[in-house]
Amino acid sequence: MAVQYLAANRFGLGRRFDDPAIEDPKAWLIRQLGEYDPAPAALAGLAGRAAIATAYAEYRDERQAMRREANRDGDPMPEATRRMARADFRRHYAEAAGARLAAAVATPTPFPERLVHFWANHFAVSADKQTVVGFAGNYENEAIRPHIMGKFSDLLIAAVRHPAMLLFLDQAQSFGPDSPFATRVRNRGRRQAPGLNENLAREILELHTLGVRTGYTQADVTSFARALTGLTVAGLGRGAGQRLMPADAQPGETLFVERLHQPGAQTILGKSYGQPGAGQAEAVLRDLAVHPATARHVAAKLARHFTADEPPASLVDRLAKDFEKTGGDLPSLYRTLIASPEPWAATPAMFKSPWDWTVSMLRALRTPGLGERQNIAAMFTQLGQPVWRPGSPKGYDDMVATWAGSAALMQRVELAGRIAGRIGDRADARQLAPLVLADALTPDTAQAIARADSPGQGIAMLFASPAFLRR
Amino acid sequence: MILSRRSIILSGITVAAAGALPGFAYAAAGTPKRLVFIIQRGAADGLATVAPTGDPAFAAARRAMADETAGGAKLDGMFTLHPALATTAGLYTGKQAHFAHAVATAYRDRSHFDGQNMLEGGGSRPYGRDDGWIGRLLTLLPAAERDAIAIAPAVPLALRGTVQVGTYAPSRLPQADADLIARLTALYADDPLLHPLWDSAVKTQELAGDIGGNNGRNGTDLGTLAASLMLPADGARVMMVETGGWDTHSGQRGRLAAQLRGLDQLVGALQTGLGAAWNDTLVIVATEFGRTVEVNGTGGTDHGTASTAMLLGGGLNEGGKVSADWPGLGTAARYDGRDLQPTRSLESVIAGAVAHHYALDPKRVMTTLYPDA
Repeated sequence: MAVQYLAANRFGLGRRFDDPAIEDPKAWLIRQLGEYDPAPAALAGLAGRAAIATAYAEYRDERQAMRREANRDGDPMPEATRRMARADFRRHYAEAAGARLAAAVATPTPFPERLVHFWANHFAVSADKQTVVGFAGNYENEAIRPHIMGKFSDLLIAAVRHPAMLLFLDQAQSFGPDSPFATRVRNRGRRQAPGLNENLAREILELHTLGVRTGYTQADVTSFARALTGLTVAGLGRGAGQRLMPADAQPGETLFVERLHQPGAQTILGKSYGQPGAGQAEAVLRDLAVHPATARHVAAKLARHFTADEPPASLVDRLAKDFEKTGGDLPSLYRTLIASPEPWAATPAMFKSPWDWTVSMLRALRTPGLGERQNIAAMFTQLGQPVWRPGSPKGYDDMVATWAGSAALMQRVELAGRIAGRIGDRADARQLAPLVLADALTPDTAQAIARADSPGQGIAMLFASPAFLRR
Repeated sequence: MILSRRSIILSGITVAAAGALPGFAYAAAGTPKRLVFIIQRGAADGLATVAPTGDPAFAAARRAMADETAGGAKLDGMFTLHPALATTAGLYTGKQAHFAHAVATAYRDRSHFDGQNMLEGGGSRPYGRDDGWIGRLLTLLPAAERDAIAIAPAVPLALRGTVQVGTYAPSRLPQADADLIARLTALYADDPLLHPLWDSAVKTQELAGDIGGNNGRNGTDLGTLAASLMLPADGARVMMVETGGWDTHSGQRGRLAAQLRGLDQLVGALQTGLGAAWNDTLVIVATEFGRTVEVNGTGGTDHGTASTAMLLGGGLNEGGKVSADWPGLGTAARYDGRDLQPTRSLESVIAGAVAHHYALDPKRVMTTLYPDA
């Protein structure tokens, strides 16, 4: 069994060129849990929520102004002008994606870093929506990173309350049908009263906690959606509730606005929640976070990520029991995973995602594999895995068939060839292969690399080798 | 009105910028010399490129592949040029091509990596130097002839040194080259997941990255690009062009013909593109080592020792000639009983050609390009 390779690639993000050999894989992983830094240097200097929200609001205002002007002049809005306005707004996304890659390549704690990516994908937002684009990086850095070493409940609440999630799943526009605000609008009778949007409530139940078809009903979804009303984001205009924001609210700040909240108790999964205000939804979230169905759902996803498409039932059971016993203590879950035999029992069977593969490639190289002006976001789009843009709240799925496609394979070989072209003879694949592939290096691959017709081709062969494509 | 005002401003900028270009200052100094180094990565078979068809042991050693050069230009009583090199044959007739045979660097093992490192670095042992022979040559050249560029994503070792060197690579994601694809096909052969995926990927892939691909047109494109970078008054004067795909362990007949056709068209496009400047251009084509005298069991040849280098251009010292202290191909005459015996150093061939081209002192060139020799 290739335990060193599994430790470095299944659990970690690939061995760095300057990493010492992994003497004791399990101790190496456990140590990282204590050494995890939720705010690595590579992420310093990224814009905060207020700047991101302001950039979006300015973009939207400019676009409206341009549209008005275009209508007045009778000219269609010039495409170049539109692109320029968008480019400025998208800068936050591009910078955060680049910083995410830099952090992953540099990290001395690759196992927790992988867990950051895992949880960000479990609680996925997708940068398809213009409102979400700028916030996607901030979401991972401020809602996910600080909470992956705590309780699942705190991670859940942080994810749900972040503006990216509230905007992505329409919570910022969901209002209690009998809230003071909706009632007032209805009484004036001038326009249709604002109402409920169930999107976030449904996805929390289906994707984040209990899992699909685990017994909750449409009534549970509706009640939960009512409980969530009042949660919204300041400074993004448009929504009917913006005028109700406190005057001192910072743009991009998550707020609970009582006048938008559905009054009264809500019954969810047979339990009545009568807490006032924001406490109501939080109580529901805390109960959902420790529900046995949630334990099982999270256990299965985690087990799949660290074994195979069909995770062994023994591992899922063990992780679910641990989750229930500790009330969703995440480090305990990670320790159980490390101590379990299943993730170590097989040869690397998972096909690396484009993200994992690229990160492991760049970690292996002393000389930067990409040019300084490389557009990181565009590169991952080309490889088939746009950063923070899985296209749905389900996130990217974790199956071999998702990533192992023929065109995708050729894309990787081409990128490996291009990076190898940049590196040329600055790295020797014959020395790098035993370091990077460790105990997964096969005689076939070693021989193929040794026989390459140039140092660059050797590097391309290493990164395209059957072992390196897997984890 | 706005349009015409804008065009005046723009042309004003153009004039000012053109006046500021440093290259213009040297335009009156006469036609500067140009140098192109084409590296054949992967060990090109010199015995099939410039075939010693007059050697009595040749036909027996090459067996079914002995007629690989049938129909090629007769260079003299001993050597026949591969038929894919038609443009090059024309240059030979016009005394603009010279072939140095049975040459090798000081390297005597058979690793591509180490061999290319020696060919480019010009040291006496692999990884002995971190600068290259062209990089050191640049220090001998006048400023007007020192602008160097590589058609590559990064500066290759041969060009590295104290003088700043540019690189140029087409911005689109280059397609994987045919040789890498062939090697991965072998590496994935026993992999149940990758084998079918790769098969289908290769079928849909248009092989455009190699000089041998696309029926030689890739070579033409590369040569046209190289000429366009070297022709302008402020263009590059020294260039390195990378070619791969020469490692013909199997199916050599078709693969080598395609490679050589690509090389031939590269040279042809370079000559055409440079126009009159071709007369002041020296092209050196060299590989890290040669291939075995005998054909192997898969219709190819394995890593060898001595090979052929080409010198092309309008001002050669000995154009229209094959120079060789021919060792013979009989088993006893071979290096290690298997390879063409090197009888002359490739370093001295390169240094000699460069010294003649730039009218520099041959000794000074030799000690600068190959200080460890």
